[in-house]
Amino acid sequence: MMQYAPVADRDPLPMLLNRWLCLLLTCFLAGTAQGERIDVAVASNFMAPIKELSREFERDSGHNVRLSFGSSGKFYAQIRHGAPFLVFFSADQAKPQALESAGLTVPGSRFTYAIGTLVLWSAKPGFLTNGQERLASGEFNRLALANPRLAPYGVAAIEVLESLKLTAATRPKWVQGENISQTYQFVSTGNADIGFVALSQLQADSSFRDSNGLKASGSSWKVPQTLHRPIRQDAVLLKRGEYSPAARALLEFIRSEKAGAIIVRQGYLLP
Amino acid sequence: MSISDCPSDTIQARFALQRQGDFCLNVDVTVPATGVTAVFGHSGSGKTTFLRCVAGLEKPDDGYLNVKGEVWQGPSRLLPTHRRPLGYVFQEASLFPHLTAKGNLDYAIKRASDVFDVELYDRVLEVMGIDSLLERHPHQLSGGERQRVAIARALLIQPRLLLMDEPLASLDMARKQEILPYLERLHETFDVPVLYVSHSVDEVARLADRTLVFDQGEVVAQGRLADVFSRIDLPLGFGEDAGVVLQGKVVERDSQWHLARVGFEGGELWVRDGGDALGRSVRVRVLARDVSLALACHEDSSILNRLPVTVSEIAADKDEAMAMVRLQSGKEYLIARITQRSRQRLGVEPGRQLWAQIKSVAIVR
Amino acid sequence: MNLSQDDLATLWLTLQLATTVTAILLIVGTPIAWWLARTRSWWKGVVSAVVALPLVLPPTVLGFYLLLAMGPEGAIGQLTQGLGLGTLPFTFWGLVVASVLYSLPFVVQPIQNAMEALGERPLEAAATLRAGPWDRFFTVVVPMARPGFLTAAVLGFAHTVGEFGLVLMIGGNIPGETRVVSVQIYDHVEALDYAHAHGLAAIMVLFSFLVLLGLYGVQRQKGTFGLTYGKNR
Repeated sequence: MMQYAPVADRDPLPMLLNRWLCLLLTCFLAGTAQGERIDVAVASNFMAPIKELSREFERDSGHNVRLSFGSSGKFYAQIRHGAPFLVFFSADQAKPQALESAGLTVPGSRFTYAIGTLVLWSAKPGFLTNGQERLASGEFNRLALANPRLAPYGVAAIEVLESLKLTAATRPKWVQGENISQTYQFVSTGNADIGFVALSQLQADSSFRDSNGLKASGSSWKVPQTLHRPIRQDAVLLKRGEYSPAARALLEFIRSEKAGAIIVRQGYLLP
Repeated sequence: MSISDCPSDTIQARFALQRQGDFCLNVDVTVPATGVTAVFGHSGSGKTTFLRCVAGLEKPDDGYLNVKGEVWQGPSRLLPTHRRPLGYVFQEASLFPHLTAKGNLDYAIKRASDVFDVELYDRVLEVMGIDSLLERHPHQLSGGERQRVAIARALLIQPRLLLMDEPLASLDMARKQEILPYLERLHETFDVPVLYVSHSVDEVARLADRTLVFDQGEVVAQGRLADVFSRIDLPLGFGEDAGVVLQGKVVERDSQWHLARVGFEGGELWVRDGGDALGRSVRVRVLARDVSLALACHEDSSILNRLPVTVSEIAADKDEAMAMVRLQSGKEYLIARITQRSRQRLGVEPGRQLWAQIKSVAIVR
Repeated sequence: MNLSQDDLATLWLTLQLATTVTAILLIVGTPIAWWLARTRSWWKGVVSAVVALPLVLPPTVLGFYLLLAMGPEGAIGQLTQGLGLGTLPFTFWGLVVASVLYSLPFVVQPIQNAMEALGERPLEAAATLRAGPWDRFFTVVVPMARPGFLTAAVLGFAHTVGEFGLVLMIGGNIPGETRVVSVQIYDHVEALDYAHAHGLAAIMVLFSFLVLLGLYGVQRQKGTFGLTYGKNR
């Protein structure tokens, strides 16, 4: 016959599991009691700054920010079809505007959170002592730029070439990245001698060290702001975030001086 | 090809081969390069492996092969299969499924040793009876038809040696009966030496001129069919099929009783008249179970054939109630399967003169 | 349908790319498949794994490493430069090389399977009919493995047509050179130009459907191949 074992002699494993579950539950409850979780869609080019920003914000507010990175176009399509984001940091102004017209945003919530800085960059040190001259000379194998149909940095690059009247001359040497990260890879791997990239990318890439006041190695030419319209990146509070104090708090924080300093340090300008 | 001092009308084969498990082949034989040599034995006795070694499809650890004076395999040379002038008929259909019957034959013709011979082509088609099948694909042919096409294909390569690996084994009884006549005609029509692997006494009795008997990877007996099949000391275990094959001639035909008298070197036998012409060479098979022994010649029995014989040897049968007795009749031998009790009652001992009564005799060819 | 001149150019380029890649894949994949189908070497596992690797790596990851390897500092780049060919990224032939690597398993595996299914017997039969190794290969192996080749060609072709991440990484979106249909559709979608995207996507889906339909039709017809071969020896 089988004997029923006294409770104390039972296998200790379930007891241990129980304790763990209790602990986890407590943590979870504590978390929700203090803060709210917000899902945020962020254009890939703003990845490095937003990580730092959300870390700061989480520490200050106790809220929990969950970041999704991707292309603004994809986020636009996803948000139109019910993606559960509360806040959207776009790489341009067009997509937040389009969402606004579609009535998917909280009216009046759209604002420019950063202005991108365009840099002509080469992975070769000394290759770009004078960027404009190099562009005009045509002495480079390829010129990388982001696809202007898709990326604001690409639009700006085209505007620069237009201003310099070099569009037709350089066109045969163009290689287009689908986004600014790919454009950066074309140059950093040496496949394109030069390319229009974002200053923030050079700031974020710790593997490159530069002499010219920049972290990245190689050589660079800071494109004068006069040669292209500003690369405005807009953020917007989405309809789903309308009643979320945490989402509003995040946007508030982004506009703060503390946040502004971080954004600038990462290679952007403020409006 | 190098010519050795080996006689040009024999096949000399020596193979040693060890395979995973405990199978091993250890053979050293010389057979005449004429007619049909049966490679006979139980399944697993090594006969197919032997044939594959001859074809070069199996690479023995050590070997020597000389076919009609040409060394196909020696210490310093191993002729690959496609360089050996042989034909091979596999156990199951090996026609190329993507080609028609004609396409399969053309495959051989294009690669034949000698130039295309229309006369040979017509003869092969006629002997194999495949004229009407040429446009069909293998899957549209019956098993028997496929084997006939395969045999035709092997002949059209104009081989100097034809290897057949149980070409009938995959066929049912009816199909076997369909093909056997074609094989017999092949033997009569084409002057190609054949090594014919089989485990069927029937086939061997009908087709072979001589036999190599394989057991556990070794040749345990070899020689004329009549000699080998009359041996009772071999581990052949024919059981009910045990019997001798005798070569003879039709010496008389009795149209009244539909009988024919066949003379052979050890006497004469009456058989059913199979329509063979007088003087024609025939082969008869006498099964051991159809042979009984008597001390005297009994004229008063229904049994037609009685031969005076001398007991030359006695062996135990697998069945302990039975004994196998080898009997000499003139220059030939018969074997009889009798009970141990009869053996003792009749006092059957080597040297004893007796009468063999033969209940039935079949002409096998 | 809503197609621009540019869209048509990408379709044409895609067709050229897929055809070239398929042809090269069949030439390169066949000996690999044959070796894999026949060998008992210890290397079989290693080579199989290497061939199958593109199945594991995300295309953009593979693309990134190809960009590195084929770049001026990379091993392949050094080689092509040494041969006076320049570097491969952002060129049609760069896409060809990358696509061949990427689609290799889709071509090698069906051919290998078809070749393995043949067994020894047809080859032995051919050898006894005086066919040497090359002769056997072209007159027996290739025709008998035809369904495998057909599957391989269609998969290789379709896979190249549909490939995207890799082209994105090493293409550079150059019209007439590296801008293929999949990238063009992506661009349309990203640029919120859904009308053009739908048009091109519809053509691709229709095309793929017809190709696959054709493949399965042919395979059904030829399905009886090999059944006439016995299994036992």
